Amino acid sequence: MKTKMILSAAALAVASATASWSAEDSSDPIVIPIHNWSSQIVMSHVVGQMFESMGNNVEFVTTDSQAVYESVRLGDVALELEVWEGAFGASFREALSKGGLHDAGDHNAVTREDWWYPMWTKDACPGLPSWEALNDCAHLFATAETGDKGLFLDGPVDWLKHGKERAEALGLNYVVKNAGSAAALWAHIGAAEADKKPILVFNWTPNFAEAVWPGEFVEFPEWEDGCDTDPSKGPNPDALYDCGNPADGYLKKAAWDGMKDKWPNAYEVLTKISFNNAQIAAMAKLVDIDEYEPEEAAEIWLEENEDVWKDWMPDGSS
Amino acid sequence: MADIATSIPSRRDGETRNWTLQIILALAIILTAAKPILPDFMVRLPEAWIPPTAEALDYFFNVIVIDTLRFNELTRWFAEGPLDFMLGFTANLLEGKHRWPFMEEPLPWSAIAAVAAVVGYYLGGWKMALLAGGTFLWTALMGQWSITMQTLSVLAVAAPMGFAIGLVAGIAAWKWKAFDNAIKPILAIMQTLPFYTYLLPAVIFFKVGPTAGAIATTIYATPPMILMTTIGLKKVSPEIVEAGKMSGASRWQMLTKVFIPSARTEILVGVNQVIMLCLAMVVLTAFIGMPGLGGKLLAMMNSFKLGRSLEIGITIVLVAIMLDQMSKKWVTKLPEHFEKGTPWYVRHKFSVLAVVSFVVFLVLAQFIDILQEVGRRQSLSVGREIDGVIKGFLALDLVQSITYGIRYVLNVWVLIPFRDMLLWIPTPAFILFVVAFAYAVGGKRPAIFAAAFFSLVAFSGWWDRSVITLYSVLAAVFLSMLFGIPLGIFASRSEKWSNRILLACDTAQTFPSFIYLLPAIMLFGITDTTVVLSIVIFTMVPLTRYTIEGLRNVPPEMTEAADMSGATRWQKLINVQMPIAMPTLAVGFNQAIMFAFFMVIIAAFIGTQDLGQELQRTLAGTDLGKNFVLGINVSLMALTFDLAIISWANRRKKALGL
Repeated sequence: MKTKMILSAAALAVASATASWSAEDSSDPIVIPIHNWSSQIVMSHVVGQMFESMGNNVEFVTTDSQAVYESVRLGDVALELEVWEGAFGASFREALSKGGLHDAGDHNAVTREDWWYPMWTKDACPGLPSWEALNDCAHLFATAETGDKGLFLDGPVDWLKHGKERAEALGLNYVVKNAGSAAALWAHIGAAEADKKPILVFNWTPNFAEAVWPGEFVEFPEWEDGCDTDPSKGPNPDALYDCGNPADGYLKKAAWDGMKDKWPNAYEVLTKISFNNAQIAAMAKLVDIDEYEPEEAAEIWLEENEDVWKDWMPDGSS
Repeated sequence: MADIATSIPSRRDGETRNWTLQIILALAIILTAAKPILPDFMVRLPEAWIPPTAEALDYFFNVIVIDTLRFNELTRWFAEGPLDFMLGFTANLLEGKHRWPFMEEPLPWSAIAAVAAVVGYYLGGWKMALLAGGTFLWTALMGQWSITMQTLSVLAVAAPMGFAIGLVAGIAAWKWKAFDNAIKPILAIMQTLPFYTYLLPAVIFFKVGPTAGAIATTIYATPPMILMTTIGLKKVSPEIVEAGKMSGASRWQMLTKVFIPSARTEILVGVNQVIMLCLAMVVLTAFIGMPGLGGKLLAMMNSFKLGRSLEIGITIVLVAIMLDQMSKKWVTKLPEHFEKGTPWYVRHKFSVLAVVSFVVFLVLAQFIDILQEVGRRQSLSVGREIDGVIKGFLALDLVQSITYGIRYVLNVWVLIPFRDMLLWIPTPAFILFVVAFAYAVGGKRPAIFAAAFFSLVAFSGWWDRSVITLYSVLAAVFLSMLFGIPLGIFASRSEKWSNRILLACDTAQTFPSFIYLLPAIMLFGITDTTVVLSIVIFTMVPLTRYTIEGLRNVPPEMTEAADMSGATRWQKLINVQMPIAMPTLAVGFNQAIMFAFFMVIIAAFIGTQDLGQELQRTLAGTDLGKNFVLGINVSLMALTFDLAIISWANRRKKALGL
């Protein structure tokens, strides 16, 4: 251990003297939440390291990806870098209506989540990706417990994906089961991989799984606004959820209302940040495929993409 | 020999018991058979009858505790002030978090490993030194040093807090009978409450992250410390107390110089329990933002890295076994006494040695980087290779056809029909069956509790989910009896095998169960078989352990007598050893049920439709009321079995004169 001690205040004074912006950021740590998927973790470290290079003090805390909006609202954490429309839109909007956090702009990326299959499935059921092929192939997706019906493995119940309702609304001959966690979905795909057994699971993009198991989304009747509230929308006039999920969901950033005043410079940077799908996938790949630790992955990404993030930084800071 | 037990209590008592039992059973069966003609409200309680418990609790928490009493301001102050300071302090020293005292680099791993080895040597010779030093060496070489230190930096705060609170509460319970009576039922509930029920309030009152993790860990780990302290203090012999009084000790001196040192052994056993329970929470608290091994493990599992999650699991087991062994050695280690005039460096030779090796490595680490930190690229982690091996094994045709067979038979013929049957039984009949069980096993008092507890469950509005939870528990405990007890009987025959199997038990108990969930899913799919079998791995441990202990503690005179009268091995086992080991076995059986209730909640990670699934859901929100109701349901069901079985074991022990 190097015995020299540094005082954070001194370091900050030096750092903020070089920044050209008028207001100064508080020396309290900016708490950034991380969740349990790689792209979000690396992105958080990327942004954290950008803040640190501006002289800010940054800390990371692991939180639940739904409960985090309550934490942002209360200021326990300062921001959230990946707000997925499909997965977290509801929690985000609820927190928004309670007040305390706000929308800090979109990433230049689209998100999609829907029924999905790994590529080898298509060999057995060539009619895919159209949803109309599903019933003919149902027997291929059958398991010991489902009889003649196919099995669709939906996400955990708390993701509220309405797989059951959709199967019913579209007359699909499938049993819909909920996995208990994302990890359980991967284990299910992993188990099918060796024999190239056809499977149908819930999945989303951007996601590390794309790199490990190439695959496609099932093309359901296109999403119309109101498909989840108005039965007349979609092909089945009497049922809700008879459409696919939106294929171009947003990916947002959210910020605590107090962040603007407490760390004005960091906040300014946050609003400018915008990653695209390829960049997010590259971040995930560094961890999931190349096996770097998230901190290292963030350093590497920052090194390789200076032209991307330098523009977002305040003038004069390195 | 087996007859002794059946002849108690008196015969007439036995007859009335039988009568009552038969009446309860008959009622239950009639109600079940009459299901088709029963009015709906007799099959399941109508929604309208269910009191709004969760809403009332929500009101209590939100309006009274938070808005009126402002209790959360106090807890938040504690979390952001003293607790955060302590956590920041240990985190700075161990992993270099930017907090007071602002050390620029964390303590080098080599210095910590060296000190651990010296402490290990002091407590238990070379073997302990190797275990302690080796654990830290493994951690560093595997590239897990910083996450392990994140975990330990929180435990270094949570465990002493649990110890202090437990000690004080234990002393209070020993001093004041009223406090003891008040705290006993609370402790019983706390020990059966599912961990998710600790997590949500911890987040709400103590802020997400290490603070909430530390609090939840402390709460979870404290109860045994309270119990052990009380037991230890009660056992202090009157002679010692007299001696203390005669030498004119004040009340404070009596406590600190007489009672606590005399209860040293029990208190240290409590310390051991605190440490072990803290480690059990390492992974679970990761759900509420505790950093370190648990958080990393969940992240690894979510990106489907079996090998690296296995490596983290090994680290957790090693740390647990090391701390367990060291604290147990500490229990048996007696204070050393030196002759007058021994120089201080001889008296404190181990402290001196520890300080010297610490400083040496501290200095060396300045010049040799690898002694300061092992980078990810330099580490020996073979996660990817292990991934390959696991996946290769799971893909073998033989493995697949065997597991498919097991899955098919268990799911389609056994588990699903059993579940449907339990769900089919009308609520009142179900309660009566449980009451009959409690009455047959434990007697009147447990039966009354069973009736009350299960009625409460029915009125909670979560009946079906509770029944599914109970179904997994029963199926798993039954299966683990089929495997665990024969294994224990086999192992108890020789000293060598007993020790081997007991070590396997220790490992299985500390190995984070999350890790084998993924391979289990790959083998058996997302089905009831997977859920039940993953519980079985966990519940077999106490069954096997207590079978071994029960059988090995049968007095040798008894087995010799059996040998002399020409009994075969089988006769000896059935007629002599098993009956005497029964009370011990019952304790194991009871623990198996408690473990099953614990594990069934974790199995929600696979995908279930029980209380665990709902509990997991509440973590993502702020539904304190619902969270609490679900948790209490699990607790009530577990306590019903606990009361009945323990009462049986105690009666049996008395009858056998043990």
